[in-house]
Amino acid sequence: MIRESVLVTIVLAPLIASVLAGIAGKLIGRRGAHTVTILGVALSCGLSIYVLQQLLNGAPTYNDAWYTWLVSDGIRMEVGFLVDRLTALMMVVVTFVSLCVHIYTIGYMHDDPGYQRFFSYISLFTFSMLMLVMSNNFLQLFFGWEAVGLVSYLLIGFWYTRPSAIFANMKAFLVNRVGDFGFVLGIAGVVYFTGSLDYVTVFGQAEQIASQTLQIFPGVDWNAITVICILLFIGAMGKSAQVPLHVWLPDSMEGPTPISALIHAATMVTAGIFMVARMSPLFELSEMALSFVLVIGATTAFFMGLLGLVNNDIKRVVAYSTLSQLGYMTVALGASAYSVAIFHLMTHAFFKALLFLAAGSVIVAMHHEQDMRKMGGLKKYLPVTYWTALIGSLALIGFPGTSGFFSKDALIEAVHAANIPGATYAYWCVLLGVFVTAFYSFRLVFMTFHGSERFHTAADHHESHGGHDAHDDHGHGHSGPPEEAFWSIKLPLIVLAVPSLLIGAFTITPVLFGGYFGDAIFVRPEHDTVGHVGESFHGIVGFMLHALTGPVFWLMLAGVVASWYLYIKRPDLPDVIAEKFSAIYKVLSNKFYFDEINQFVFGKGSVGLGKALWKVGDVALIDGLAVNGSARVVGWLSGVVRRIQTGYLYHYAFAMIIGLSALIAWYVLR
Amino acid sequence: MQFDWPILSVLIWLPIAGGLVMLALGERAIGLGRWVALVTTAVTFGLSTLLYTNFDMTTAQMQFVERLAWLPQFASYYALGVDGISMPLVILTTFITPLVVIAAWTVIEKKPAQYFASFLILEGLMVGVFAATDALLFYVFWEAMLIPMFIIIGVWGGPRRVYATIKFFLYTFLGSVFMLVSLIYMYLKTCDAGSCSYAIADFQRLPLAMNAQILIFIAFLLAFAVKVPMWPVHTWLPDAHVEAPTGGSVILAAIMLKMGGYGFLRFALPITPDAAQQLDWLVISLSLIAVVYIGFVALVQQDMKKLIAYSSIAHMGFVTLGSFLVFELVRVHGDVRGAAMGIDGAMVQMISHGLVSGAMFFCVGVLYDRVHSREISAYGGVVNKMPIFAAFAVLFAMANSGLPATSGFVGEFLVILASFRADFWYAFLAGLTLILGAAYTLWLVKRVVFGPVTNDHVAHLTDVNSRELFVLGVLAVAVLLLGVWPAPLLDVMRPTIEQLVQQITVSKL
Repeated sequence: MIRESVLVTIVLAPLIASVLAGIAGKLIGRRGAHTVTILGVALSCGLSIYVLQQLLNGAPTYNDAWYTWLVSDGIRMEVGFLVDRLTALMMVVVTFVSLCVHIYTIGYMHDDPGYQRFFSYISLFTFSMLMLVMSNNFLQLFFGWEAVGLVSYLLIGFWYTRPSAIFANMKAFLVNRVGDFGFVLGIAGVVYFTGSLDYVTVFGQAEQIASQTLQIFPGVDWNAITVICILLFIGAMGKSAQVPLHVWLPDSMEGPTPISALIHAATMVTAGIFMVARMSPLFELSEMALSFVLVIGATTAFFMGLLGLVNNDIKRVVAYSTLSQLGYMTVALGASAYSVAIFHLMTHAFFKALLFLAAGSVIVAMHHEQDMRKMGGLKKYLPVTYWTALIGSLALIGFPGTSGFFSKDALIEAVHAANIPGATYAYWCVLLGVFVTAFYSFRLVFMTFHGSERFHTAADHHESHGGHDAHDDHGHGHSGPPEEAFWSIKLPLIVLAVPSLLIGAFTITPVLFGGYFGDAIFVRPEHDTVGHVGESFHGIVGFMLHALTGPVFWLMLAGVVASWYLYIKRPDLPDVIAEKFSAIYKVLSNKFYFDEINQFVFGKGSVGLGKALWKVGDVALIDGLAVNGSARVVGWLSGVVRRIQTGYLYHYAFAMIIGLSALIAWYVLR
Repeated sequence: MQFDWPILSVLIWLPIAGGLVMLALGERAIGLGRWVALVTTAVTFGLSTLLYTNFDMTTAQMQFVERLAWLPQFASYYALGVDGISMPLVILTTFITPLVVIAAWTVIEKKPAQYFASFLILEGLMVGVFAATDALLFYVFWEAMLIPMFIIIGVWGGPRRVYATIKFFLYTFLGSVFMLVSLIYMYLKTCDAGSCSYAIADFQRLPLAMNAQILIFIAFLLAFAVKVPMWPVHTWLPDAHVEAPTGGSVILAAIMLKMGGYGFLRFALPITPDAAQQLDWLVISLSLIAVVYIGFVALVQQDMKKLIAYSSIAHMGFVTLGSFLVFELVRVHGDVRGAAMGIDGAMVQMISHGLVSGAMFFCVGVLYDRVHSREISAYGGVVNKMPIFAAFAVLFAMANSGLPATSGFVGEFLVILASFRADFWYAFLAGLTLILGAAYTLWLVKRVVFGPVTNDHVAHLTDVNSRELFVLGVLAVAVLLLGVWPAPLLDVMRPTIEQLVQQITVSKL
């Protein structure tokens, strides 16, 4: 049996640590802040593993309220936990990656004046994310959902004196709010049709929702469950950065690298994926919603990957790769391969956190230079970073044997097996995406770690432009050859490299084909793409051998070779190609002009609309015409009336005579 | 449990007496006077918590009732009492006023004793508005309350204070005279029925013909829409806020606006349910215009106080929207499911907005006291010099954008849930506040709080002192508590709101 006290401890430990580090940060000092937060998250991590173990040993799913948030109109809204194997897996991933990032931060933020604040934020994030994944109802899901958004806002803008950072964090919050707008409407729809916010109750009535319709536009009946699922998915599009709500994620790289790893790669951005998997009993009933998910995901997977090809900022390349991988997970959701999506979420959490932390290690070693054109040949200076980054990259491109191989190959196979509308498009997107992924991943590896050393000039250049880094107080101002950083930076790299390499091989059989998720994920028999993949699955060795005969492996290899040719063998070629295909290059380096369009339509548009409503509506019409206007009318009228009161006796006498004669005339003639 | 002493009268007259004592002491004894103000308001708050702890949560009846003959020839009584709707608002009033006193402690230089006295007297009158169960008594408190506020803006206000205060007075006064006419009309009606009465409860039971109801409803609408304020009778609010001193803005936003919402729930809906049913489209449209139109207008404000004032109008749109959903729900579904949730949401939104907008105006006050400018462009990078203040500012900004786990979320969420049941598009338009509210609030925060230090004034800022820290801290705790655990508030209101829903769905024709 899972005990409530254990679950409450898991969520509260990071919260209490966060409050301590945040409010008493000065008092407990740097060492105190990182000690208390690391202890908090370590406790959560340990207990999460314990809970997972209990579930694996056959403990029943935990589903109970913790306390009643409020009761309104007979609807009880609660804060409570639903802990099944899906939840437990997420809990372990979240707390484990968070723990690694906490340790890494000791080194990375070593000289930052906001040290305690940073630890407070990341612990608060861990709390929020745990509340999100452990929720047993839509309300608390939304709590966690918004709370992680808040922490993301705070962390992207961590270096608050940088104009780019405080623009990026506002953008991130607002774009997420667009998604949340849909999400809230989706929740409202759920309450409307079921009268409950509780997962189990709602899922129990899924069929009944599906039998109802909703008229949003008069005369057009829409299936209620399709409307609800699409609205909920709009929320996921914000949080998990799906086209067209992806624009905030690349900019979120303004935040310190540890949080890029934790929040914007491993955990928060996968909240949308988790949510849809959790809602599988709803999504399964709407083919239209699944198709929508599939197409959005496929578009994100392929086209966002393309952007990684032309970027030169080491963190942004990894960010675009995250976008693309989130697209992959979303495609899996659309193909009803929820378990594969979660499986890829897990492997991705490890290898992408690893890649980000490795990128951070490079950035520290390069004295906060992020431009890959100013790196090269770092392999011999940063051996630990190099080898771990290589492992991460191999996992990312799905090299046979690595964790990413198992999740991605199973994913592509599942999409291949799907037959809902849009599945063919999705299949081609994820297939071609493999080449793109391999190309940009190894472009990063080659540009950073191999080839000629371009950083000596870069370092000098950096010194001469001291203002380049807005957070100069951040330290690391010393020059000299790049060198591997503290143990606290290296240790998490090594710790994360292990699951990046191995976890896929060890867990694919039980997680995907062994019924690991049990009742947590619901798939209708006709959508059972994972089962289809499972039919041809005969152990991991067979799976790897089978891969050699398919297109995925060769596309991946082609990507690696192509990038080797262009960036090691003929480093002069990329510029030539960029010039030859300048139109395409321009579109890609301008990120399909999403930012420009948003800025123009929504940024300038809403400010313009606001100005118009204010100046014309409030100032000119209401105040000018109606309010001050009526004051003027009163003034004018009294001016007119005043003229009658002339004060001359003969005027009054004259008026009296006229009045009197009029009265008499009326009386006589009546 | 009821008391054997008149607790509501004490809550009304104790602060007024305190205010009179301060006036008698005069400006020279301000050292003592301040303490009189603080002790009076603190004791008033302390006593008001007894209302909560001794409240009977099982009944919709008026509690702690008092009844004294006042104008017997007109059958008007000095009758007081609170139920689940008014009690939280009374406590909100007594909670905010001491904070205003503390915030103004040494800040006001011109005639401070009279300043504090105005607020004390105002507090008593505001409690009177919420506690009166006699319509004439209500009206007296309602109008009397304008006087101290008129003085507060007119004497301690900014450069355009005369324009603002006259606009404020005329607007609100014009609205309420029509209400007086309808109250007298209903009094005469009760006389026709045999027993003259000014009791609000009797008005609620009074049968009224449709055309009479329509006229009375329009009179109420004028009175309360101005107070809320609803679009298009809202333009007095930004002007009043901009010119008012910090304390005036806080009271105005936190409490006086709530009287409009309270009026709809206490008078307009239960007294003229059939007219409300006929005209609910009007109120709902104006509410949605408030949320969307005003949201865009708030986005482009250059003045911090104006921005928060517009944001108040948008937030109060949820109050009127939630209150008037009931008729559409009955039309669409034939039952009242969701109606109580809408009114719950409206009530929580009122309390929450009282805390959040009050806190936002306090924050502006903290900056204004140091820099003497309300212009957004006069700031930038405040966080560098005032990190503690910045933390509070961001917290309240988040509450203002309706972030879950702050009080700002609860009301908006309930109203959106209820309006989805009435009409998808209500929920859609109301939901836009998620985006608009975040946009104008966070843009404000970005320009004022974040960024590098932009000018000399900001460079010389000092962080909050212990007095300011206390005020902001108390509000922060309240905002978080109500966000994390709103159940106690909802439990108090439930019987009253259930009865109210019942009342307004029964035709009086």
